[in-house]
Amino acid sequence: MTSMTSTSSSPWHFFGYFLDHRSQDLSWLWTHAWLSVVPVIIGLLIALPLGWLSRRYGWLYPPMVSITGLLYTIPSIALFVLVPPLLGLSSLNPVQVPIALTVYSVALLVRVVADGLASVPDEVNQAATAIGYGGVRRLFAVELPIAVPVIAAGLRVATVSNVSMVAIAGTIGMSNLGQLFQLGKDLSTPTAYYPPIVLGIVLCVLLALVLDGLIILLTRVLTPWRRAVPSR
Amino acid sequence: MIRFESATKQYPDGTLAVDALDLVAPSGQITVLVGPSGCGKTTSLRMINRMIDATSGRILLDDQDVASVDPARLRRGIGYVIQHAGLFPHRTIIDNIASVPLMLGRSKKEARAGAMELLERVGLDPRFAQRYPAQLSGGQQQRVGVARALAADPPVMLMDEPFSAVDPVVREQLQDEFLRLQSDLGKTIVFVTHDIDEAIKLGDQVAVLRVGGRLAQMATPAELLSNPVDDFVANFVGRDRGYRALGFESVTALPLESEPTVSLDSSFTAAEKAAVDGWVLVLDGERRPQGWLAVADGPSATGDTISTATLRRGGTVAERDGTYRAVLDAALSSPTGRGVIVGPDGTFAGTINASRVVALIEARAEAPR
Amino acid sequence: MIGQVFSWLTDSAHWTDTPIDTGIATQLLAHIRFSLIAVGIAAAIALPLGLLIGHTRRATFLVAGANALRSLPSVGLLVLLTVLIAPHFYGRTDIGYVIPTEIVLVLLAVPPILSNTYAGVDNVSPAVTDAAKGMGMTERQILFGVELPCSLPLIFSGLRSATLQVIATATIASFVPLGGLGRFIYDGLQQQDYPQMISGGVLVAALAMAADLLLALIQRSVVSRGLSGRFSRAVVVTSTSERTEVEAG
Repeated sequence: MTSMTSTSSSPWHFFGYFLDHRSQDLSWLWTHAWLSVVPVIIGLLIALPLGWLSRRYGWLYPPMVSITGLLYTIPSIALFVLVPPLLGLSSLNPVQVPIALTVYSVALLVRVVADGLASVPDEVNQAATAIGYGGVRRLFAVELPIAVPVIAAGLRVATVSNVSMVAIAGTIGMSNLGQLFQLGKDLSTPTAYYPPIVLGIVLCVLLALVLDGLIILLTRVLTPWRRAVPSR
Repeated sequence: MIRFESATKQYPDGTLAVDALDLVAPSGQITVLVGPSGCGKTTSLRMINRMIDATSGRILLDDQDVASVDPARLRRGIGYVIQHAGLFPHRTIIDNIASVPLMLGRSKKEARAGAMELLERVGLDPRFAQRYPAQLSGGQQQRVGVARALAADPPVMLMDEPFSAVDPVVREQLQDEFLRLQSDLGKTIVFVTHDIDEAIKLGDQVAVLRVGGRLAQMATPAELLSNPVDDFVANFVGRDRGYRALGFESVTALPLESEPTVSLDSSFTAAEKAAVDGWVLVLDGERRPQGWLAVADGPSATGDTISTATLRRGGTVAERDGTYRAVLDAALSSPTGRGVIVGPDGTFAGTINASRVVALIEARAEAPR
Repeated sequence: MIGQVFSWLTDSAHWTDTPIDTGIATQLLAHIRFSLIAVGIAAAIALPLGLLIGHTRRATFLVAGANALRSLPSVGLLVLLTVLIAPHFYGRTDIGYVIPTEIVLVLLAVPPILSNTYAGVDNVSPAVTDAAKGMGMTERQILFGVELPCSLPLIFSGLRSATLQVIATATIASFVPLGGLGRFIYDGLQQQDYPQMISGGVLVAALAMAADLLLALIQRSVVSRGLSGRFSRAVVVTSTSERTEVEAG
């Protein structure tokens, strides 16, 4: 049994490593969390009207899906480096990552919102109109609540993949948990030094699980009727 | 011939889906299995082609135990039609129909030629051949389903609620065409439905099953209506069964009254003169009944001619050798109480009123049968 | 900046190899090679497995398990595996970097292919499989003659999404360091040669789109029109009056 010191390179030493570099790691975790969540929220706010429009006006749906699908084919790292020249920013700018991630979120969520609204049964919409719900009120009072499960499923995908993409941004110098991988790689020459790498993976997975769990929880709170057991 | 010999299906949890069923489905006839949900009718059907294997007892197909035949080979020799047709969405209509012949090793050309023939036989335009199932309506898909089952010309057909997923009008069409097809083909058919009216309409014999998979009664439709063995069958067969049973018996030697008639181009004055109790029957040029004219309605606005606009057309018309039900209905539905009876060619034969039909029915009931 | 990127990309010197620098053509081929190997291995694992799980409806937990892999950060895994594996290979070979890269890419590509293949088979209408069985098809005939062709639309969307992710992530192979188009991004970053870095991004995006387009074309020719809804009008129709009816049907 070897004693665990803060210089141990054992993969299992990641927790000790975390304790030794707590404030730095927590600050990376914090930025990482923000970078994972905020683009999804902004993306949803942009996707809602776009999704609603492409549901409302059927002819908008095919081009909307094609364009957003095309955006989604651009690899994340490519989008990270493409955002500054396209927007006329300096080449390493702190907002390029959230902007790129917002683009992804919009690309994913427009379709999700449109499909979610399409999942509202026609008779429900007609009944809502019949009892006097007009356009926008019907959207917020009837359609959106019913579309929550579908939209939430899309949010989960967007958030979890964001966590991984933010880490990639770390490899081009952005300050987040991805830095732990850069650090681990640099410290691993000439001999392997595992703790920061393992810590980064563990924190990323934990962050993804927590955010995923939060969305599931929120969905449950927002859709109490789905928990109701059908009466016999 | 298909023979169930105390065929039983028990699931591992102890549920009896089919309980010691004894039943014979004769060759060339339609045997309908009918009953409420959970009565094991579909399970019984699926035991014939071994989609489900019996846990005990035997099922004989032309005296051969189906359990002794390889399931895939057995099924290729039995037509199978199900509720939602189950057409292959990735194959064209013609290739759907040709599926079994191709599996049996026929050449593509031969299989397709046969499929084209069947397409027309089930009442579909040949233009449908190259379409895909998604381009067809439910009723059309179901016709293709029947054609596909017939493609290898199997002597036996199993049909599991084939017409219940389509709307009533189309269902009626499909049923009529199915009966017409069967009168040509003479297949041995086992047909499952939950709809007693469909069972009575289509079945040469009807087996009523009760929940738990027991046979309650096996009889011809007429027998089932007139003589249900117990309360369960009586309730299942439903109301109006006395009246509905009359639909299975043809009248003989109907005593008709003569009835004064006028043709459509007669003058109103002539019609008025011919009328009995203020009514006269109007025929067309080929002596086919068109409707009753009420003298009180007066002539047409343009002069002394019959007003076709006021002709009462509500009454049904029965054939002289039709069923008691049709004849009685003709009398009951006639505005004059005089039921209009026609010959086989549709020309007017005479009238009969309800009380005389009822007397006939009563006389028939007293006679030993 | 856009003009600089354009001239960087169109400079023929950047396309060919020099004693010091590897050109675009070579890196592009390397990128395609990594991606093809990964998607090929992933498909060889996930396709049969997905078909089998879907057909038998057994071991569905494997699908959920594979989906849980998606929350692993690919860069982290890549660095970890590289540190773990690379030191075992010495000399002028880059196999010590290729193996961890391929492992990460395969892990990334398996979940979408597996879950889509499974979902494709699982989505085949029970009436269709029942009819197939009832007309005397063997399990093998049902799987390959009915379930597989009916699942192709979903299988292709899984393959396409796997391919996109693999091409995107193969870029970060250059971080460990390995060839491929990511080389230009990381080299450009290190040398503060931003036109080179952005050109790398453009090249990866173009490759991803080209690959997606290629797969879309293959999908079009492989998937039955009865499933894709692209019904032929010319085959059936003989006169214009019938055209509307066919389209409506």
